[in-house]
Amino acid sequence: MPAIEILGLEKTYSVGFWRKRRKRALYPLQLTVEDGEVFGFLGPNGAGKTTTLKLLMGLVFPTSGTARILGQEWTDPAVKAQIGFLPEQPYFYDYLTAHELLNYYGQLSGVPARQRSKRVEEVLHQVGLHDVKGLQLRKFSKGMLQRVGIAQAILHDPQVVFLDEPMSGLDPMGRREVRDLMEQLKHEGKTVFFSTHILSDAETLCDRVAIIHKGELRGVGVVEDLTSTVQGKVEVIWQGTEIPASVRALGADCHISGGDRVRAIVAENQQDAMIDALRREHQRLISITPVRTSLEAYFVEKLRHAESTAASTV
Amino acid sequence: MTNFGVKTLPMKSRISHIASNTFREAVRDRVLYNLIAFALLLSGAAILVGQISIEIEKLVVINLGLTAVSLFGVVIAIFIGIGLVSKEIEKRTLYTVLSRPVRRWEFIIGKFSGLAGTLVVNTFFMAIGVFLALLYVSHKFVKADSLIFVALYFIILEFLIICALALLFSSFSSPLLSAVFTFSLFVVGNFAQDLRNFAAMEHGITRWLATGAAYLVPNFSAFNVITSIAHEQPVAGQLIVTNTFYALFYALMALSGAVLIFEHRDLK
Repeated sequence: MPAIEILGLEKTYSVGFWRKRRKRALYPLQLTVEDGEVFGFLGPNGAGKTTTLKLLMGLVFPTSGTARILGQEWTDPAVKAQIGFLPEQPYFYDYLTAHELLNYYGQLSGVPARQRSKRVEEVLHQVGLHDVKGLQLRKFSKGMLQRVGIAQAILHDPQVVFLDEPMSGLDPMGRREVRDLMEQLKHEGKTVFFSTHILSDAETLCDRVAIIHKGELRGVGVVEDLTSTVQGKVEVIWQGTEIPASVRALGADCHISGGDRVRAIVAENQQDAMIDALRREHQRLISITPVRTSLEAYFVEKLRHAESTAASTV
Repeated sequence: MTNFGVKTLPMKSRISHIASNTFREAVRDRVLYNLIAFALLLSGAAILVGQISIEIEKLVVINLGLTAVSLFGVVIAIFIGIGLVSKEIEKRTLYTVLSRPVRRWEFIIGKFSGLAGTLVVNTFFMAIGVFLALLYVSHKFVKADSLIFVALYFIILEFLIICALALLFSSFSSPLLSAVFTFSLFVVGNFAQDLRNFAAMEHGITRWLATGAAYLVPNFSAFNVITSIAHEQPVAGQLIVTNTFYALFYALMALSGAVLIFEHRDLK
């Protein structure tokens, strides 16, 4: 059973003073996320990522379409007990301490009283806020609030976790911790649906990604499939400070990097000749890897394609 | 089911958790500090009245005390009530509440209950102040003083209506407009009886419009028994029953309106 099934969810807002102008935030969206997947929802700012998440959380109402989470109607309160949600740039009741806030959310989520306190402590440890648990949230930095946001999203041990830009506002250490946490959630068999515009995060973490642009889905796929388009070239790295003439003769595109390493991109059919040339020159080979399209390149290509299609239809 | 045996709470529990958080917010935001101003006002008035007035100290203390209880409460009801929903939307604190197993109507009822609870607690402490001031000026309590409880009860009923109205306006308009609407209705509502009398004297369309307006605005004039209680005049049992049902009905209607609007509102 898929964890999330989005069946044609669509959102059009009425805007303007008389609310007569229509602005489409999301075209009918069809998407399925399997149980236990880490799914990245990618798109530039204003693409419709947050609208999709708000629709799934019941914060805005769809113009048409429906969705199912864990096989049940997405608006069912029983489903909501099994999902966690981190909004983008979260803001919480700042008169509460981190401990009080999590306890309150635990109450609303139905975490039994006898386990609540222990669970709150655990989660506070997990996100590195245990030492400041008694501090009112109005004294928290943006990064600390993001951690509180993550804590409240996983507090009730949900089966499906929705994270809207989870790395936003975090320092490199914090980002690393969130990545670890998402990997841990995956390891525990949870489904993670997260939106981001930071492609390296998606590339590292996701089983599959979807790309959305201007409210329309532009592509869905397994990260490795999207990035495994071998372009018929290999990357060869060896230790050295100069580029031998025999290597240049093979037509390799070479650069010296880091002072003592040479990185060369060469046609796949020249790979053996390249290795032979390096052996003859007594160079120390470090690695040979096929050149793959990065997720970023795939993403940019999809967006460019979308832009050019839009321009040609005008 | 998840590992913690998380289960959907009974609706009453969710509402009570939201209500107690609303109460905690009011306390943390130092709303109850108004009690200090109230205590200063009342003790100052009691001492002053004790020195300058003869025979009417009690009348003045009851009038002043209960009017202050009412006004302080109304100000709190309006200024907290107007932000109950709009502030949560604006600050997006609502997102992490409504993404849990909480229905929108439960949120509205929880918020209303929390504010009503805050006002009841506030009124309780103010009532203690009124009785202490009364004891100070008259040195003893008499049976007629128990009528003050009726006035306090009517004041609380009045608060319920104001809270519900503030919530209703807060569910679709900005805090400033909500404050203007609620305060206007409070003022007009205090003249509701005059509006009804005016309607009775008019003819034609003016009569219809005035009658409609008179019955639409909350009839706060029926809740104001402070002067008669200060003169130790009893309050008819029928008025207590009528006011109770009227306040509950009016608050329920306003809350239903708030729920109806909020249930269909997109939280952008």
